[in-house]
Amino acid sequence: MTDPVHAAIQDQIDTTPVMLYMKGTAMFPQCGFSARVVQILNHLNVPFRTANVLEDDSLRDGIKSFSNWPTIPQLYVKGEFIGGCDIVTEMFQSGELETLFAEKGVAKPATA
Amino acid sequence: MAMAVGEIEALIKAALPGAVVNIEDLAGDGDHYAATVVSEMFRGKSRVQQHQIVYAALRGKMGGDLHALALQTSAPE
Repeated sequence: MTDPVHAAIQDQIDTTPVMLYMKGTAMFPQCGFSARVVQILNHLNVPFRTANVLEDDSLRDGIKSFSNWPTIPQLYVKGEFIGGCDIVTEMFQSGELETLFAEKGVAKPATA
Repeated sequence: MAMAVGEIEALIKAALPGAVVNIEDLAGDGDHYAATVVSEMFRGKSRVQQHQIVYAALRGKMGGDLHALALQTSAPE
């Protein structure tokens, strides 16, 4: 992998358990699809980091070619591409997403 | 910057012969669609792979000419 942007993304997803590439920030999403994924992650109480593709054109293009996926947002868990807004929503609704986070050991312990 | 329903459907069906394609124009602006695609070619593939097949069928228009296409894919029951 020689593309420096791809190398940076690889490093980021290797070192961040739950990494979301999105438009805007978790506090101020700038696209409804990105906002929905943030909302789901917050709801599941999963710690995550975000990268704002609107601040960096090379990242915006780079993440698309890296994942072979044409749209933003994109969710990575433990280095694995999970999907975009539709897949994340579908997995959330079916309960698969929660199971995935539990299996990967990235869910926050429940605070009673 | 917009695509007609027929154009999207034709591209998907050309790449996935026999697929059952259902497209809804969500906002009536020719730019926000929801599509359900059922195809035998999806069998045994992950959701990510299924969506990638549809995106490939749209030949780079997704994320460009086509801003929003909510996708739901599956293999026939």
